[in-house]
Amino acid sequence: MFTSRHLARRRFVLPAKRYTHHVSQFRSVTESDLAHFSKILPSSAILSTLSSASTPASELEPFNNDWMNKYHGKSTTVLKPRTTSEVSEIVKWCNEHKIAVVPQGGNTGLVGGGVPIEDELVISLANMSNIRSFDDASGILVADAGCVLQSLSDYLVPFNHIIPLDLGAKGSCHIGGNVSTNAGGLRLLRYGSLHGSVLGLEVVLPNGTILDQLTALRKDNTGYDLKQLFIGAEGTLGIVTGVSILASSAPQASNNAMLALPHFDNVLPLYKEVKRQLSEILSAFEFIDRRAYDLAVKHGQGRALEPADVEGAECFVLVETSGSNREHDEEKLNNLLTSLMEADTPLINTGVLATSPAQFNSLWAIREGLTESVGKEGKAYKYDISIPLHKFQEVIDITREHIRAKGLLHENAVKHVLGYGHVGDGNLHLNIVANAYTPEIEAALEPFVYELVASYKGSISAEHGIGFMKTHALHYSKNAESIKWMKKIKDLFDPNGIMNPGKF
Amino acid sequence: MRPSAARLLNILVPIKRTVDYAVKIRVNPDQTGIDLNVKHSMNPFDEIAVEEAVRLREKLKDEIKSIKVVTIGPPKSSETLRTALAMGADSAVHVELPDSAPAPEPLGVAKALRAVIAREKEKGGVDLVIMGKQAIDDDAGQTGQILAGLMDWAQATFASKVVLDVGKKEATVTREIDGGLEELRCRLPLVVTTDLRLNEPRYASLPNIMKAKKKPIEKLTPADLGIDLTPRLETLKVEEPPKRVGGGKVANVDELIAKLKEAGITAAKA
Repeated sequence: MFTSRHLARRRFVLPAKRYTHHVSQFRSVTESDLAHFSKILPSSAILSTLSSASTPASELEPFNNDWMNKYHGKSTTVLKPRTTSEVSEIVKWCNEHKIAVVPQGGNTGLVGGGVPIEDELVISLANMSNIRSFDDASGILVADAGCVLQSLSDYLVPFNHIIPLDLGAKGSCHIGGNVSTNAGGLRLLRYGSLHGSVLGLEVVLPNGTILDQLTALRKDNTGYDLKQLFIGAEGTLGIVTGVSILASSAPQASNNAMLALPHFDNVLPLYKEVKRQLSEILSAFEFIDRRAYDLAVKHGQGRALEPADVEGAECFVLVETSGSNREHDEEKLNNLLTSLMEADTPLINTGVLATSPAQFNSLWAIREGLTESVGKEGKAYKYDISIPLHKFQEVIDITREHIRAKGLLHENAVKHVLGYGHVGDGNLHLNIVANAYTPEIEAALEPFVYELVASYKGSISAEHGIGFMKTHALHYSKNAESIKWMKKIKDLFDPNGIMNPGKF
Repeated sequence: MRPSAARLLNILVPIKRTVDYAVKIRVNPDQTGIDLNVKHSMNPFDEIAVEEAVRLREKLKDEIKSIKVVTIGPPKSSETLRTALAMGADSAVHVELPDSAPAPEPLGVAKALRAVIAREKEKGGVDLVIMGKQAIDDDAGQTGQILAGLMDWAQATFASKVVLDVGKKEATVTREIDGGLEELRCRLPLVVTTDLRLNEPRYASLPNIMKAKKKPIEKLTPADLGIDLTPRLETLKVEEPPKRVGGGKVANVDELIAKLKEAGITAAKA
């Protein structure tokens, strides 16, 4: 348990210049490197502002800047290999010549893990987007790491299967990136985490060796399960180039309902009741606080509920069911909703039920569009935390009060403090929407939020990962002994430290 | 006591249970129709019609006496009626067909609706029929117009805006046409068919869904209405459109011209 004095001491240990010291020991990419790369890759796969390639700097911007436009790298060169052996050759060269490397997927990460800090070489997997095989009896899908998640979903539709992973970024994120960040998403409640559904990986190690563990076997207890190390390693132990994943049977019937709650305190008892009545057909249970809902509606994400339905609602819950029999699911859902409305002391004010796929998508759009709405409203500080369910609202309110006490809660500084998240997984996305990213606001938030989370024995990164944003905060959720062993593994795989330095 | 100047309006909304618009349509193996073993829901244009009726009541309040929905279809169509009741309709009529019966055609449906309207005469008649401009399964787009013809009523199709003047027994309807928007002033009784931009249907709220369970659904057969729904058209074949062939890229204008000539396309005279 951390005492505040203990934490205060840790604060002074933080390096002053954390931006450059992580990458200063590496060599920058030079013309001779480019010449070598040109032998491995066609010119269309090389983007570089160095004179032999002379790509305009603007073309490198999408690779240098993260999705939130919060982190800006200065890489001169981006390579887009098409095969695993090309990746292997590039990495081998970089290891020999001590060139730092940043593996990049869809660049939709929220913690700056996929973009360079300085001028590290970016290796984008975008050109590796082949689906290698699918067995519709076992449900095992083998694909290149650069496949966009949505394209994998679309591919599986005629086979009546789905990827056991769904998140708002699905139109752009790559499966390799999802695996490397152990992405959670909206369906974790039902389908479990990637640590369970990924069956095998093909990884290029920091010295260029290709580690082929791309098994298509459901069960394989032969030796240490190495792939688990790479799942969630955020590209610091190697580059994932191929993924073998267990796809689930597609639900034949999906329904959802948005429920309006008068108090946050009702969320937990509601969750228990919903779990009890819906049981195996429950596939998502998402919490959206009132301010977040209003923001989503303001930015046109999905159709809003009628004013009469949202009046007096302190927060909302989106419940989704997925099953194989429409009548069975609808009956269970209708029984649940009737019992909620007719209870002596109802847990909900009211709610709406989607009656068509358009409405189903629209209700989801409200939840999935929250990230985008927040981005449109201002600059967001995002804290993706795992804390006990009953503390969700408390954390949001305490953070808001803290900001207010610092005099930063107004139009020109912090505009909103709101939260939404995967109640079922105990995961809250705390968002502080500011007018601009300023050191003042950052100082007010960090380490305050991390300390608050640590006080609940929570995790400072439930699913977003550490990336660049939280490297200094890892100790809030993992003790020193754990961190020591993580470092030993890192040194073992990557003695030269070229793989995504400065992250994690 | 308010002078009872204007008559109160009764609105009839015919709806259809169709294959859900999000479903990927597949032609059945004997090429006689499409695979119907998929999700069905209310025809989206009919949803808009129900929504419009409910909005008219929200605006005109007591001047709208009743909103009745009607459907002609198999037993499962009653679910579609329940959805409409949950959106705010007062009562429903289900002209039930056996599952094995062939899908009714626009003329048959219009005749059935005429019979339903005739039955409503004792209860004050029907002043306004709002229905979808077409059903997304057959895309016929005929039923509203045929009904207006049979009833000798005014019709305003592809409506994107409806303004009712109950006192004058008139409606001003804005229609979407190829050239833009056309505004019509129509005398009631009137048939209006809805277009996409008329409104966006609301979600069914839980209290309304529960109330809907208690609202009455009257069941009738075609025989009760004295109509014959035997199809007059025979579908010979249903097939998918030809698969799209890939295009080709040309390096320059000369190559483009050469390829066009190859394909037999000649230059137009200046």
